[in-house]
Amino acid sequence: MTPQQQELRQTRNPVAVDIVGLNKWYGSFHVLRDVDLRIARGERIVIAGPSGSGKSTLLRCINRLEDWQEGSVVVDGVELTDDLKKIEDVRREVGMVFQQFNLFPHLTVMQNCTLAPIWVRHMPRKAAEDLARHYLERVQIPEQAGKYPSQLSGGQQQRVAIARALCMQPKIMLFDEPTSALDPEMIKEVLDTMVMLAEDGMTMAVVTHEMGFARQVANRVALMDAGQIIEMSEPARFFENPQHERTKLFLSQILR
Amino acid sequence: MSDTAPRAPKRPRVDPLYDPRVRAAVYQVLLLLLLLWLGYQVAVNVRANLVAQNIATGFGFFGITAGFGINQSLIPYQEADTYGRAFVVGLLNTLLVSAIGIVFATILGFIIGIARLSPNWLVARIAGGYVELIRNLPLLFQIMFWYVAVLSPLPAVRQSIGIGFQPLVQRLADGLAWLNFDLAKAAAGLVQRFAVWIGPPEVFLNNRGLIVPEPYFHSGAGIVCAALLAGIVATIAMRIWARRRLDATGQTFPVFWASIGLVVGLPLAALVVLGFPVGLVQPELRGFNFVGGIRLIPEFVALVLALTTYTAAFIAEVVRAGILSVSRGQTEAAAALGLPRKRVLNLVVVPQAMRVITPPLTNQYLNLTKNSTLAAAIGYPDLFSVFAGSTLNITGQAIEIIAITMAVYLTISLVTSLLMGWYNARIQLAERA
Repeated sequence: MTPQQQELRQTRNPVAVDIVGLNKWYGSFHVLRDVDLRIARGERIVIAGPSGSGKSTLLRCINRLEDWQEGSVVVDGVELTDDLKKIEDVRREVGMVFQQFNLFPHLTVMQNCTLAPIWVRHMPRKAAEDLARHYLERVQIPEQAGKYPSQLSGGQQQRVAIARALCMQPKIMLFDEPTSALDPEMIKEVLDTMVMLAEDGMTMAVVTHEMGFARQVANRVALMDAGQIIEMSEPARFFENPQHERTKLFLSQILR
Repeated sequence: MSDTAPRAPKRPRVDPLYDPRVRAAVYQVLLLLLLLWLGYQVAVNVRANLVAQNIATGFGFFGITAGFGINQSLIPYQEADTYGRAFVVGLLNTLLVSAIGIVFATILGFIIGIARLSPNWLVARIAGGYVELIRNLPLLFQIMFWYVAVLSPLPAVRQSIGIGFQPLVQRLADGLAWLNFDLAKAAAGLVQRFAVWIGPPEVFLNNRGLIVPEPYFHSGAGIVCAALLAGIVATIAMRIWARRRLDATGQTFPVFWASIGLVVGLPLAALVVLGFPVGLVQPELRGFNFVGGIRLIPEFVALVLALTTYTAAFIAEVVRAGILSVSRGQTEAAAALGLPRKRVLNLVVVPQAMRVITPPLTNQYLNLTKNSTLAAAIGYPDLFSVFAGSTLNITGQAIEIIAITMAVYLTISLVTSLLMGWYNARIQLAERA
């Protein structure tokens, strides 16, 4: 992508994600309570919090893998409603990386990466494969293109999942606990890939417990608890001078 | 590289009594001896009994006149024909019931299996109720139910029940006329005319069976067949072209509709041009019987209905399990990439589900084929009742007949397994590489 194109993308819509007054219930359980969140283009947000606090649910609302009862979510100028067409439009531009990788086991690494560009973007196979090779190189596993996901290590699989999402050339990337299912020695390779993406100026929303990563790349860090964003500030302030007791408690538990 | 082959490392000596390899060999030798002894005993006994009962052996009976009638045969057969011909008639009848049963059970099973997963509460419950009702009742009972309770009480030929669109329209007209006020009467007149315009129904049901239209082939039928063949070849070529174009340009092509157009359109055009050399003869009630059409005997209809509905219940469960085996994460990952629902199913869910479905589906096909022997209960002339029933009773040559019957069912089952195994290997190929 040329700098001009990049600039065009940035300027077209300065707000990548705009969430206003979001409320969601699972039956009687109130998962999200009046959540407001605005992510600017090029911004990187890390969402942390205890399990069950609703952080994954919030992330999954951004590409409407979850629906909600109240509030609005606008992604890149498109408001998400029940309209299937709009949902698909948004999903095309929003890449997602899952905790469990969710690679397609019946397809090779290359086929995993080219599936959506071919069937959604209608790219010629040749071009889609060139693109996939490019991104597989970016995540440093070009030599695994012909293998099946089950033949790769967890860290490699997660990097393929990142490459698969990047092949759609998304404007926004969502990461749902991308390192939580990995063995400790593989966490670094995945985090390094994410740092590289951040350095390229990708808009990112990351749910993670990797506070080192948050400190290094996040523009803002948010703490969620019981369905609410308790505190959100730039990393230095969040880690050095948290305002809420809940944040202090959380940090004391997670940073040892 | 050294010249000498690497020497096997010396195994430490083990007391033979406790050496697992020695023990395994001893057990196998003992088992083999036992089996040989059993086989010898059986052979000796059989020979003694045959001699004592004065029964002929060998396969000569195949050429002898059978002397019994068969109420359904795909090839010409009469009482004066040989046992050999009766055997072929029975075999064809078994294959017919199994093939038709497998096709319909697969279609019905997939529909019910998918319906059971439907988010529509009513659809899912009806499918669930079907499965629970059907699979928990004995198959023999279901065959008897269709034969005795449903097909036997049907009216005689003169009062045959028509099946199709026209009888429904006719009922509507009758109902409207019955309402007996002006507007309804006027509507009844219109509907009545519509019913007449549609023409008589094509399929009839009565206590002598199911009457369906019969295909005819006049001269020129060959050209229509050639057109069909050309349509199939063109479809294959078109699919390859569409695949290449997809690879080259990323443009999708409406392959499905184009295929339908070629496979249906070409023969249809040939039909019209040649003045319909191929077609269906409508059955027509004349006097006390139907002219034209094929009569499917009630035994056949009952057996196919029972085998189809029974096996479909099991196939539905297999399909449901297969689809559920594909994790939610797979669907979510595909959806998150922006793939439309249809593509998520086609490209991600179905290919993975089919791998889980195929092996147990093979079991159901084998079960259906073997269960077709229950035909004996209602007198459908399948291989088992013609050959291992009538023929065995008359000739008394139990050993040959049982051996042949065994060999036939074994062959049918193994061929089915082989075909399904080949299909399974094809779809499993990925991932193992």
